[in-house]
Amino acid sequence: MNAPAPALPLLEVEGLSVAFGRALAVDGISFAVARGETLGLVGESGCGKSTTALALMRLLAGARIAGAARLGGDDLLALDEGAMRERRGADIAMIFQDPGTALHPMIRVGDQIVEALHAHLPLSEREARERARALLGKVGIAAPEERLAAYPHEMSGGMCQRVMIAMAIACSPRLLLADEPTTALDVTVQAQILDVLRDLVTETGMGVILITHDLGVVAGMTDRVAVMYAGRIVELAPTVTLFARPVHPYTSGLLDCIPRLDSGWDEPVPAIPGSVQGAMDLPGCRFAPRCPRASAACAEVPRLREIEPGHLVACWNAP
Amino acid sequence: MSEVLVAAEGLARHYRLRGGRTLRALDGIDLGIGPRATLGLVGESGSGKSTLGRTLVGLQPPTLGRVRFEGRDAGATDPATLRRLRQQRQIIFQDPSGALNPRMTVGDTIVEHLRVQGWSRPEARARAAAVIERAGLQADFLPRYPHEISGGQRQRVVIARAISTDPAFIVADEPVSALDVSTRAQIMNLLRDLQAERGLTMLFISHDLSVVAHMCRDVAVMYLGRIVELAPRAALFRAPRHPYTAALLAAIPLLDPVRERARARTRLKGEPPDPSAVPRGCRFHPRCPRATDICLAVDPPTRALDPGHRFACHHPLDPA
Repeated sequence: MNAPAPALPLLEVEGLSVAFGRALAVDGISFAVARGETLGLVGESGCGKSTTALALMRLLAGARIAGAARLGGDDLLALDEGAMRERRGADIAMIFQDPGTALHPMIRVGDQIVEALHAHLPLSEREARERARALLGKVGIAAPEERLAAYPHEMSGGMCQRVMIAMAIACSPRLLLADEPTTALDVTVQAQILDVLRDLVTETGMGVILITHDLGVVAGMTDRVAVMYAGRIVELAPTVTLFARPVHPYTSGLLDCIPRLDSGWDEPVPAIPGSVQGAMDLPGCRFAPRCPRASAACAEVPRLREIEPGHLVACWNAP
Repeated sequence: MSEVLVAAEGLARHYRLRGGRTLRALDGIDLGIGPRATLGLVGESGSGKSTLGRTLVGLQPPTLGRVRFEGRDAGATDPATLRRLRQQRQIIFQDPSGALNPRMTVGDTIVEHLRVQGWSRPEARARAAAVIERAGLQADFLPRYPHEISGGQRQRVVIARAISTDPAFIVADEPVSALDVSTRAQIMNLLRDLQAERGLTMLFISHDLSVVAHMCRDVAVMYLGRIVELAPRAALFRAPRHPYTAALLAAIPLLDPVRERARARTRLKGEPPDPSAVPRGCRFHPRCPRATDICLAVDPPTRALDPGHRFACHHPLDPA
């Protein structure tokens, strides 16, 4: 925990841009993830965090993607579809917010995991079944043998998310993209699923990009955090630093406007004025119309600059 | 109990399922909310919190028990009383997009709401302009359609509609859950201001205990159709007596990486069971770390030790 920018990154993203027609959803972002590291990607709806993950998985048909994303010597964005198919699952895997729709409703979960295994590993049917059973045990499913024969609708949301995680790690990927993996779950179940993910990272040493809007989840799960606003990274720092000394006005506004469980009950909750609507069309800093520190300088796009080792911020007026 | 505006007495709402099973969404609720008070209602999915809210405003009748409003049975059927009860009890839903007709302008939405309650068109128009402004939007929002405005603005429209009939009681069912964090605070503050300024009585439903802590002085915790604990917020958050309340609090991640990582990992087993298969005895016993034989057999009665603090548990936690 608390690692500065990794020296030998597992994944290195450089100048990633994603455009749908005229709309630029992700605007030239760069970051890296080390082996065994969990990077949080946070921001509000429409900030481009999920689009970033889908672009890395090459699951965005019809989008124009620029930049590079190097994973173990290959640029994922430059691979042809056949080569990419070999990487998906084996090198880079993804879990989604809604496990109910991510699983096939009419195939038994055991068969879905076995299919994922067969895609990349030369296993016999029996070996694959055995492996699927072990995977279900690993993600904390009781009586895994019986569960292999279950259909998704026979299982709860938390159980389905465990199956999704089992499928994602089936072929031991080096990088896991987790897109709001616990947002659809109740808080007591969320805690269980986050424990499973945390233990898997320690055990396998895989890198994780955890996409979430929940800063509490970020606080407990990540080593570093990238905060996104309207398609750009506005601040990137070790998690402990970001919570202790947020520098970008958006980051500090975001942290302030979350009601605390234990304090300030009778005070109004500080809000960030305005909304993100229309921000993508702004020429300069996209947060400027909502920013208490905005000045004439903000008419130009601020670049990410390093203000202390490992702590980057894109703001003209940050202290 | 002292003065009460809205009360639930032995309230139950059961749904008959195929195969003869019964889903017990509400299974014996006793509750009173005083005038100008805001009661928070928390619980996980399937706990029955939305059903309770809908039943209290009269959107659905109870299977057993009754709702009282200003001391009188709210199950009345004469049209004049019904209309008055509808104006007096309003509800705000979680998803403002689903709560607004996409083919109606903001203004028409509010005017229509008032016309149904018997307002004349000019009166309703004037009223719409006034409440939309009170909800923090300018009058030029009236001719716009829901898709032309942001999620936070849509929720402001829903709130404006709810206050347009000058209700005494509002159920806010997860009113900020669908909103982004930065917008959420704006809507919370608006609801707090309205509550204070109009002397509203509110039931504030949320799965997010931090939001509830900021909105409500008293908080009720539901589990599988029952209120398992009800207390002033300070007592509930700092010294919960029911093991389920304690587990809910322990599962909420702290906004502080250092403290969050240092916390002990105490996790509940399993998931909230299906409300169509409520466990015998204490309904929480299959997940409870303190359960003993009596919990398997006997449904714990609700006890009140301190005034205003009640819970249903055979083995409550010590008051810290």
